[in-house]
This record gives sequence, structure tokens and C-alpha cells, in this order.
Amino acid sequence: MERESTAYFKAIGAIVWKDLAAELRSRELLSAMLVFAMLVILIFNFAIELQPSLRATITPGVLWVTFAFAGTLGLNRSMAIEKDRGCLDGLLLAPVDRSAIYFGKALSNLAFMLIVELIVLPVYSLLYNTNLFNPGLLLTILLGSIGYVAVGTLLASMAVQTRTRDVLLPILLFPVILPILMAAVKTSGGFLQSAPMETIWPWLNILIVYDVIFTAVAFMLYDSVVEE
Amino acid sequence: MIEVHKLAKRFGLKTVLRGLDFQVAPGEFVAILGPNGAGKTTFLRILASLSRPTFGEVRVAGYQLPKQAAAVRSRLGVVTHQPLLYGDLTAEENLRFYGRMYAVPDLDCRISDVLELVGLSARRRDLVRTFSRGMQQRLAIGRAVLHDPEVMLFDEPHTGLDQDACDMLDGLLRNVAGRGRTVVMTSHDLARVEDLATRFDVLSRGVIAASKPRSGLGKRNLLDFYRKALAG
Repeated sequence: MERESTAYFKAIGAIVWKDLAAELRSRELLSAMLVFAMLVILIFNFAIELQPSLRATITPGVLWVTFAFAGTLGLNRSMAIEKDRGCLDGLLLAPVDRSAIYFGKALSNLAFMLIVELIVLPVYSLLYNTNLFNPGLLLTILLGSIGYVAVGTLLASMAVQTRTRDVLLPILLFPVILPILMAAVKTSGGFLQSAPMETIWPWLNILIVYDVIFTAVAFMLYDSVVEE
Repeated sequence: MIEVHKLAKRFGLKTVLRGLDFQVAPGEFVAILGPNGAGKTTFLRILASLSRPTFGEVRVAGYQLPKQAAAVRSRLGVVTHQPLLYGDLTAEENLRFYGRMYAVPDLDCRISDVLELVGLSARRRDLVRTFSRGMQQRLAIGRAVLHDPEVMLFDEPHTGLDQDACDMLDGLLRNVAGRGRTVVMTSHDLARVEDLATRFDVLSRGVIAASKPRSGLGKRNLLDFYRKALAG
């Protein structure tokens, strides 16, 4: 039993290591996500002329739209790498529980998403002259990203097996992650506008509950999703 | 080593395998022949636990599929016409990754042995995307034997290889099979498998239409046997 669980965690670690090592060489996924995220921020910056007092209101929406769009690009690419040379079959042939593959891919997707977010935040702060280095906001970004990749990794694994994977993923993903995005936007807004904690807590709780539920559902469904 | 009984596989309304029976004894090298679309790849994917049977019983190395899939996978090495390798990792890194997935003990030593076996020791630190198709296929065999499996499945491994690369691959296949492993290989290239396999099975219309050991076939009789099996 102990040996099995060690093998399980080693497999998760191996997948994360493989994804990070491959990305360090190619920089395909991160550069695409970053360029896209920067473009979205710039477009919003030019499209919406904001008075300083309104910035805190609109910032959470702009940030989460940026993260969600850039994240979709990353999720698609992350699974396409597995599919292109048949590597997904290589993963599925390994004698480990298939949920280990899910957690490995989800953790590397989370790492890529957090890297992009860490770069986007200071750029956004400069462009919009808004201070985003708020511990509450950073916690919300972490929780929102966990929920996003928990669902995204599952749906990307499903979409990658179809011919229309690039189009299919956002169509499948956005309706499902709507509660996470809503809760993340509301919680981020609460922290940025220094709202009282009793108004933030309900949204923060929704975010945590959705993270747990989506991770559990993805853990249970992954085997059937990747099975032919 | 492999026992398949009344195996059927449907994709929607299309039936690909129709009550197929198939047995392989330990150490045998069986070539499954058949035209394109005969269901060879589907059959091999079921044996590899990558696809679930619609009906029927499948046992590999004494374990039942799909119930004991993880036990089967740890005893199985699979090579397809796709290399299942990451282009942005080196040959060594690819083997290290798969070695960790299979929990291979003494991994450094094993990687060196496998690279030696497939003749890629000198290229161990090169990215796989810089490899020729033949070299990628050799490394794919290295990946498949890394955990020293009892059963090897080859799905048309010669696809897309030039003559020299095919000859090199054949040498490697003989080497891999010669170590007492049970091998099942699909192919539609009769000339290529004629000297490799110890038994030939023809898959046609979703069943094994004919089966013959190499000893029962005279030189150049494989084509006749194959044509008769398809016609019958």
C-alpha cells in the first residue's frame, strides 16, 4: 500500500518535471500565454478610459478575463503536446492510477498559470496605476487558478481527443467555470476595495467549495474521460 | 500468456471485432496480418488496455482486462507507429521520465543499458526532435523495454521508415524477441514479418480468419496463405 502511494506521487512528480523541463526548452506555452495576456490588458487599457476612482471596480473583471483567456490557450497547448506524438497513450500505458496523470497535468498547468499571473500583475499595476500587491487578492488568484485548472485539465483532456479541440475547449470550459469566475471576481473586488470581511467571506467560501468539488469530480471522472 | 475469448468491439453502429478468439503461448512471436481497416490496431489497443472491449474476455500475463489493467500495463511494452516520445526532451530525459512512471529500479544503469541496446548511447543528450524517424523508432523500442516487460505489442512499427531503418529495426526486434519475451506484432507488410514471426494470424472481417506456424509454411507461401485467408 505504501509502495503504491509512493509510486503514485512519483508519477505525479515525473509528469510535472517532464512538463517543466520541456517548457524550459521550448517556451512555446508560456510565451503564447504571456503575449496573449499582455495583449488583452493593453486592449482593455486603450478601450476603456478610466477615472482613477473606477479602476478598483473594473480591475477584478479585467484581470480574470485575462487569466481565463490566457489559461485556455495554455490548457489547449499543454494537452496538444501530449496528443501530437501519441504521448497521451504513453502516459495511459503507465501502470499507475490514471488520476496520477490528471494531478500531474493539473499541477503543471497550475504552475504555468501562476507564472503568467505573477508577470501580468506588475504590468497591470504599472499600466493602470493600481496597487495589486494585496495578500487577499493573491490568495484569491491562487484559489481561482486552482479551480480553473482543476476543471480545465479535465475538459482539455476530453477536448484534445476531438478534431475541433481548439474551439471545443472554451465552449465546454467557460459555462462550467462560471461560478469560479464569478466568485473570484467578487472576492478580488472585495479585497481591492477594502470591503468588510463579512461581505467577502461568502464569495471566498464559494471559491473554496468549488475548488474542492471540481477537484474531486475531476479525480473521479478522469479515467472515463481519457478511456477510448 | 495472452488469451482472448469471443472479443467484440463496437464504435457506435460500426462493429470492428466480432467474437474474436486468440491465444499466444509464452515466448511466441505472433504476426497479425490484415489489410487496412481490418481492426488490427483496435485489437492491439484492447490488449494494451487503451481501449475497452464491448464484449468478451481478455487476459494478458494472467491478468484480466480491464479489471486488472494496471497489473497488465506493468508487464507490457507497446510500440506503435507513433514514437510516444517528447520532442523537447533528450533521449535520456525521455527514458528517465518513463522510467519514473514505471518505477524502474536502478534507473541510471537501466537507461544506459537500453540506450546501448538501441544504439543511441552517443545521442543520449540530444533532443528527440532532432532525431530521424528511424532513430525515434529505435528509442521508442528502448522506451518500451525499459521496464523489462514480459509481453511486447508492436503496432506496424515499420510505418514511415526507409529500407535501412527498417532493416535496423528488424535486428532490434529480433534482439528484443530473442530474450524470451512474448511478442504480438501487427503488419500489412508480409515481406517484413516473414522472417520475424513464429506464427502468422490473419485478421479479416473482425475475426482471426486463419492461423499457421512458420514451420507449417514453405518459403514464399505466406502470400498464398494470406490471400486464401482473406478470400475464405
